[in-house]
Amino acid sequence: MTDFLPLIVAKYNYWLYIILMMIGLYAMIVKNNLIKKLVGMNIFQTAIILFYVSIGYKRGATIPIIQGDHSGHGAEAIIKAADYINPLPHVLMLTAIVVSVATFGVAMALCVRIYQRYNTLEEDELRMRLSEKKI
Amino acid sequence: MKLFGFIIVCLTGGLLLYGTGELPDWGDPHSPASIHLSNDYIEHAMEQTEVPNLVTAVLADYRGYDTMFETAVVFCAGLACFLLLRDFRPKKEYYYRHVPTGVVLHVKNNERQIAPGKEFEDVDKDWVPSDTIIKTVCRILIPFIQIYALYVVAHGDFSPGGGFQGGVIFGSSFILLAISYNLKTLMKRVSEKFLGIFSAAGVLVYVGIGAFSMVLGGHFLDYSQYIPFFGEHHIRALGMLGVEIGVGMAVTAVMAIIYINIVSEGRHDEGL
Repeated sequence: MTDFLPLIVAKYNYWLYIILMMIGLYAMIVKNNLIKKLVGMNIFQTAIILFYVSIGYKRGATIPIIQGDHSGHGAEAIIKAADYINPLPHVLMLTAIVVSVATFGVAMALCVRIYQRYNTLEEDELRMRLSEKKI
Repeated sequence: MKLFGFIIVCLTGGLLLYGTGELPDWGDPHSPASIHLSNDYIEHAMEQTEVPNLVTAVLADYRGYDTMFETAVVFCAGLACFLLLRDFRPKKEYYYRHVPTGVVLHVKNNERQIAPGKEFEDVDKDWVPSDTIIKTVCRILIPFIQIYALYVVAHGDFSPGGGFQGGVIFGSSFILLAISYNLKTLMKRVSEKFLGIFSAAGVLVYVGIGAFSMVLGGHFLDYSQYIPFFGEHHIRALGMLGVEIGVGMAVTAVMAIIYINIVSEGRHDEGL
């Protein structure tokens, strides 16, 4: 136990994101309501976004915007990579956020259509209505 | 089923937590994610692109092709919402409010017999008197939100921001208008046709900037081909600004399209 605790403290970010991710996964697997499933999917996506952004962090570094003179005539000062956090995860997650909003919008539209046609968003009721149609 | 799901989630979570032992510590400067390519971007992006915001430099220059299809994905999402939900059938019932007396009339046939004007106004089914404070605050706030959105788009290459963020802020100002007044007020200002053309034009601006550099004899999205038109100074920043404007246009219009279609179930008449 004594050597287990510092392990968690050094990597507490991963613990938090995995717990968040599992909350989302649980909602997607267990919940019957389609909207609740969507909320679970969004929690899952958000956890992954946070996970990626935390990977980009460096201790003692600042945001990835080059500071100093922006006149642009060559690089007067040598830019050290250790001074700036990693921009790549931020770029990837910037686009991932937009895609998650877009997929959420389409999923909401599908839910609206399902509700208009079957008057329910509960999965077991939907299955019942679908089997009624066949007979 | 619930217990079964819980067991699966616990097993997956346990395996992932077990795997964190191999991952680098929080904020470790020597983690694998920040020793290969990213250092190259940080050290050379300023001299190669003259853009201080590295996120924008990577987004619109090094990975510009990727971002172009990202914009296309957003456009397709707007299109999918429109195709799934748009309902062109005319409304069966209309509600009119007589402005001087406040009496609400319920008209049940298909034809519009009362023209909404000074005397009668067209109201939603669950109409409530709108709050003066909310209306006034939103009326003052919305122009500032829109100017801020334009600032965020225009300064994307020097400070945090860019087309996606600015577009979302601009789109949210439309949504605020629809919430504080009603959906009809928004639809009077931005028509459906305008939104559709605007979102497609945003994608076209992005692709057009990329394709026109091919016409000039360079590679796709090679901003340095525009030197004969705009001069050598900050040419890549200008190219990125153009691309970001395209992204902002597409995102603004798609935000509004998704919102309008979902709240009114595709009828574009009344909603949240």
